Amino acid sequence: MATPAESLAPYEPRITAFVCNWCTYTGADLAGTSRLQMAPNVRIIRLPCTGRIDPLFILKAFERGADGVIVSGCHPADCHYTAGNYHARRRFAVFKELAEFLGIEADRLTFSWVSASEGGKWRDVVNGATERVRRLGPFTAYRELAGRAS
Amino acid sequence: MRELQELARKLLTEGTVKVVIGWEEGPHNVRPAFVTSPEAVGRLIFDHRCVHNLATYLNPRRSQVKKLGKPAVVVKGCDAKAVAGLIRETQVAREDVVLIGVRCPGVVQRPERHVDLSATTVSPRCAECDNREPHLADHLVGEAAPAPPTVAAPPERLARLASASASERWAFWQEEFARCVRCHACREVCPLCFCERCVADKTQPQWVESSPHGRGNLAWHVTRAIHQAGRCVGCGECQRACPAGIPLGLLNKKVAEIMAQRFGYRAVDDPSVPAPIGAFNLNDSQEFIL
Repeated sequence: MATPAESLAPYEPRITAFVCNWCTYTGADLAGTSRLQMAPNVRIIRLPCTGRIDPLFILKAFERGADGVIVSGCHPADCHYTAGNYHARRRFAVFKELAEFLGIEADRLTFSWVSASEGGKWRDVVNGATERVRRLGPFTAYRELAGRAS
Repeated sequence: MRELQELARKLLTEGTVKVVIGWEEGPHNVRPAFVTSPEAVGRLIFDHRCVHNLATYLNPRRSQVKKLGKPAVVVKGCDAKAVAGLIRETQVAREDVVLIGVRCPGVVQRPERHVDLSATTVSPRCAECDNREPHLADHLVGEAAPAPPTVAAPPERLARLASASASERWAFWQEEFARCVRCHACREVCPLCFCERCVADKTQPQWVESSPHGRGNLAWHVTRAIHQAGRCVGCGECQRACPAGIPLGLLNKKVAEIMAQRFGYRAVDDPSVPAPIGAFNLNDSQEFIL
């Protein structure tokens, strides 16, 4: 139940980002230390590799109230574990199309490659995802699934 | 049928196998049969009502079947693809099973006792069958059958859904998933759901909520579909086993379509073809990645 103060406040999307430790997390860190301004709507969860990100993580984020999800890791040929991102690329290609087939709007999911030196690109990914999710609004359809608040 | 029974008798008498897994006439419907003695081979039948995919009894989860000893399994073309899947992913060793391939006339949707093969009863998957004579088999029995009758009105739900809006698709699937009682029959019957411990059964942490409500149901069906990507052979057993009539075949078909378009993969009964998930290509398309 939204409090009166909340319902008056403008809608702010909540976005969960699953990022790999070696490239995107470091890139996001660089964006921070470079004092780049970006949307404050993204919460980062750091994992060893994009290959470690199970599609279930994304569903869990939606279950817990995320309006959008970002998955980001090392560029092809840059994986710290040689091939984790190649495996992830195949898996998420299938997941993304399946999610769309099930009626999850494409713009709620953002996939990107951000290297450790691409702080600026991370800012653009964050701002872009936030804008796209803001246009879609809160993911109430998913939150209403349970029939009760979690 | 005679040919199949004689072959089973020979295999059991010679001691090549300890059990022949095939189909028999049950009290109500055709059902799977486990024949362990040469005297009982007369029970074995094969016709258009033998819908069950018996490859599921080779699944390593079924330790009770393993106890019977080396099996011979009667396989249709689609079943042979499932066996190939199990061999491909090292769940079954090729030399540990004898495969009796049958030339398939197409099967009906439900194995009722008195049902003829017609345009209204034939399983929709049979119209698209590309493997009516299994290649992965030690023996091939039966006579070449005419092509199955084509379905009168081919289901175009996949195309209709593809052109629907996201909210329409969401509404469609939520209505379907809402009937799910989470019995997991789709998992139990599947020859290629072979995890020793399913992620849906894990509780610490619990990734898939176990009670039948919208959130857990969605997580389960997404998980099942994703885990079957590149495994599913389209035998349709999950949909047949589903007590709630959820169109799981439609979901599987969509995933198969993705696998074909993206990775040029289609289910075949050749174990040497690598599984598409778990493998990768440096040049895989990544148009969806920023």
